[in-house]
Order: sequence, then C-alpha cells, then structure tokens
Amino acid sequence: MATKQTQSAARLLAAPSIGLLLIWMIVPLGLTIYDSTLNYTLQGNPVHKFIGWTNYYYFVTDPAFLTSIWNTLVLVGSVLVISIVGGTGMALLLDQPIFGQGAARVMAISPFFIMATVAALVWKNLFMQPVFGLFAWIAHLFGAPPIDWFTNDPMIAVIIIVAWQWLPFATLILLTALQSLDLEQKDAAQMDGAPPLSYFWYLVLPHLARPATVVILIETIFLLGIFAEIFVTTGGGPGQATTNLTFLVFRSALRDFDVGGAAAGGIIAVVLANIVSIFLTRLVGKNLEG
Amino acid sequence: MARKATTSRRLVMTFVAYTFALILFFPILWMVITSFKSEADAIALPPKFLFFHWTLANYIDVQARNNYWRFAFNSVALSFGSTVLGLIVGIPAAYAFAFAPTKNTKQILLWMLSTKMMPAVGVLVPIYLLLLQFHLLDTFTGLILILFLSNLPIMIWMLYTYFKEIPHEILEASRMDGASRWKEIVYVLSPMAVPGIASTVLLNIILSWNETFWSLNVTNIHAAPLTAFIASYSSPEGLFWAKLSAASTLAVAPIVLLGWFSQRQLVRGLTFGAVK
Repeated sequence: MATKQTQSAARLLAAPSIGLLLIWMIVPLGLTIYDSTLNYTLQGNPVHKFIGWTNYYYFVTDPAFLTSIWNTLVLVGSVLVISIVGGTGMALLLDQPIFGQGAARVMAISPFFIMATVAALVWKNLFMQPVFGLFAWIAHLFGAPPIDWFTNDPMIAVIIIVAWQWLPFATLILLTALQSLDLEQKDAAQMDGAPPLSYFWYLVLPHLARPATVVILIETIFLLGIFAEIFVTTGGGPGQATTNLTFLVFRSALRDFDVGGAAAGGIIAVVLANIVSIFLTRLVGKNLEG
Repeated sequence: MARKATTSRRLVMTFVAYTFALILFFPILWMVITSFKSEADAIALPPKFLFFHWTLANYIDVQARNNYWRFAFNSVALSFGSTVLGLIVGIPAAYAFAFAPTKNTKQILLWMLSTKMMPAVGVLVPIYLLLLQFHLLDTFTGLILILFLSNLPIMIWMLYTYFKEIPHEILEASRMDGASRWKEIVYVLSPMAVPGIASTVLLNIILSWNETFWSLNVTNIHAAPLTAFIASYSSPEGLFWAKLSAASTLAVAPIVLLGWFSQRQLVRGLTFGAVK
C-alpha cells in the first residue's frame, strides 16, 4: 500500500517531467494560436495587428491548401497500405521455419534505421536519376524509356522512398507479435489437423489485428509530419506536386516569412493529428488496465 | 508435437524470404558498394556491381574536405546530451508512476503520450522565433532541449513499462531496511532496471540521431548534425555519388548496428508498450 508520505514523494519525483512537458506543450501551442490571429510577417511592418480568423481564411482558401491536404492523404494512405500489406507478408515469411532467420530479419528491418536524408538522397540519385540511376539501366535492359521520376512521377517517387523506410517498421512490430503467438496454441491447432489456411485465418490474423492497429496509428502520426524526404528531393515540387501540409507550413514560415499564416496552418495540422492520436491513446490506454 | 516442416519446403521458404529481404536491403548494400568506387565507376553504364577498382579514397575525401568529423561529433553530442537529460528527468518520473501510482497516473501517462502526437510543424513558428530571440538558433543548447523534450514522453513510457515488471516486494524490503528513497532508486532499483534503461537509452539515441525536422530547421553550421550534413548533398552541384555514399555509410553505420542489436527491445518503446 502506498502511504501518504510515499504519495507526496512520488509527486515530487514526477513533478519535473510533468512541469517540463506542460511548458513544452502549452507555451509553443499558445504562441502558435496567438500568432495565427496576427497580421505578422517577418519582413513587413513591425506592428502585428490582431486580425481574427483572417489567416485561417486565407490559408484554407489558398488552392495550395487543398492540394497539400490531398497530397498528405495520398502519401499517408499509400505508405500505410504498402507497409501494412508488405510488412504482414514479410513478417509471415520471416516467421516460417527458414534457414538463417536472424540474418534475413536483420536485412529486412535495416531500412528503418536509415536517417531520412540518407534514404532520400540514395534513392534520388543512385536509383531514380534518369540517366545513370539503376532504374534507368533496368528500364534500358527491357528496352523501355527511363522514367524521369522527379519530373513525371514525383509523388510516386516520394511514396517509394517513404514506404521503403516504414515497411520494415511494420515488419519488425508484426514479427515480434507473431513470435509471441503461443507455441502451444500453434501446436494444438496443428494437432487438431487445422488446415494451414484456416489456422492462418482464425488464429494468426486475429492475433495480428491489434499490433497492426498500433502500427497504423503510429505510422500515421509520423507520416503526417513527413518533411526531410520532400525537403531534399523535390522541395515540394514540381509546382505543388509533392507539397504536403507540413511542407506548406514550413514554406509559409521560413520561405515566405508569413508567421501568421504559417501559424494558422500549424494549428490545422495539430487538429488533424489529434484526431488520429485520440484513437491511438485509447488503444494504448487499454493496455494500462492489465 | 508439431509436424516437422520438410526440408524441401524449408529450402523454398528460405529462398523466398531471402529474396524479399535482399530486395529491402539492396539500397543499403548498393550505397555501401558505391562508396568504394571512383566517381567515374559510380556512374558507369552498365553499372559495375563487384568488379571495379575498390578504393577508400572517398572516405578520406569526405572527412578531409567537408570536415565530416565535426558533424559526427555534433550528432554524438546532441544524442547523448538529450539522452542524459531524459534519463535524469525520466527515471524518477517513471519510478513514481510504476511504484506509487495514484488514480491520476494513467491520465498523466496518456497525456504525456499525447504531447508526442503534436506535429512538430504546429509549433515550428514560435519555437523558431523563441530560439531566435534567445540566440539559441544553431546552438547545441537549443537543439538538445528540443530533442530532450520531444523524446521525453517515449523515454518515460518505456522506462515505466520496464519498471512495472520489477516486483514491488524487493523495494519494500529495502525500505524496511531503512534505505532512503534516493538510495532505493540508485542502489536497488537501477541495477535491476539496467536492461530496461539500456534499451531506453538505445532507442533515444537512435531517434535523436535520425531526427530531421528540427535539425534541418533550427541548425545551420555550428550545431548541425549528420542529418543536415547529408542534406547538403542535395544541391545539384554536389552530385558526387561515391562521396555521397561514403558520407552516408559513415552516417548510418553506428545506428544500423545499434538497431540490429536491440531490435526486440525497441519494439516496446516504439509502440509505447502495446507490443512486447
């Protein structure tokens, strides 16, 4: 039993972390909300007049906004589908009785540990460069014209790069979950002569449902904020073709110096992310009961 | 007893699994191979896979011309700085949540998790302006504080899930023997929690080392880590593939190795304890 004295000591130990995180959350967020109501540019007049919802109005009615929302959805959606489907397949493969499982596993999950700028530049140059890149050479082998990825299919190129980083994450999580599937359950199912397909359908898939949900939610949080991959490959272009919401806000703030408009965009991004995080928090919260 | 998979089936599965694993791994392998080529071989057509003149010249060039080691040092300093701060603040908090939970503990933990959900871009503007105002742009202090605070919830969560598995009785026994709370944490809890703390440290180093949003936006030259150094190769005139590959290989090698050794433990931290 926790005594009263223990309780107060515990409060003291937890206080610094709670205080710091409270400041970390409230101060910047409060300032963003405040800035979003001002006519505030880094180059313009030094007086920042209160203009209410105007920044939001301009940010949302700018055609670039709808494009960026669409791009964000396409990027997040495609990468989620590729990484969940591919990651489940890869995890199931690695869970089979194969020789040298450890080495195969290490190779398959390695891309997750590669920093975003490296991943993006290696793909952009060594693979997707239209003259000397490996893909151009492969296309040439088949007599096909090389694809100029970043001119003609920039979004697909970005999706490939990002999916390459996140499929291994899904593999890692799902494989760990698979390996925790009770061995006795596996044996029992085989003893009962369950055909492999129904074993997979009734035992394995339900077991993967929860970790897969966790993967989806965590990836969504990270994918909504994809930045470096776009920053070093396309710079959001050509045109607006690869500008997601994060990149649009970045551009308004640090390229156009429109503090107020960028702040309004930032708040919109926060609202969108919170919708996802509510689900994730619930799911993880259930785990705390046990 | 489980039926033993037949050897031929096993061989086929091995072949299939390795094929897909190799496809995923290939870009890394190709990067490493390219790093040992001359610039001419790097863009040769058809590509040279293994039979070319292997050279270490790029590795020598990269660090001689671009002062690679300064950026590497920055990465190390930033990751370790933010990790140490995280441990100092995170261990006592996780200890309190695990061993003296109140009815609010669950709410507090979930709230901490929710701060991690906040997209960085939502607070880019004020953080940038605050750093500007306090002359912390492009400084270690500025970026370490950001990395520390943005990873603190993950650290606390991971430590908490490990601490919760330590039996309370042991701590109570030490308390009976008159150990102070501080001694309890340092001498009784910490040794038992070493594996958990080590995994937490590893995850935090990996996350800080690979962080790109803040390091690209709030550093320039002085405190720029390897992520930013590699990004500088994105300019068209910087298209030296062999050198890019050598610099990239050096930048990712330590983290990939750490990742290999700690894959299983990382899962817990990455999923906030939802998958173990």
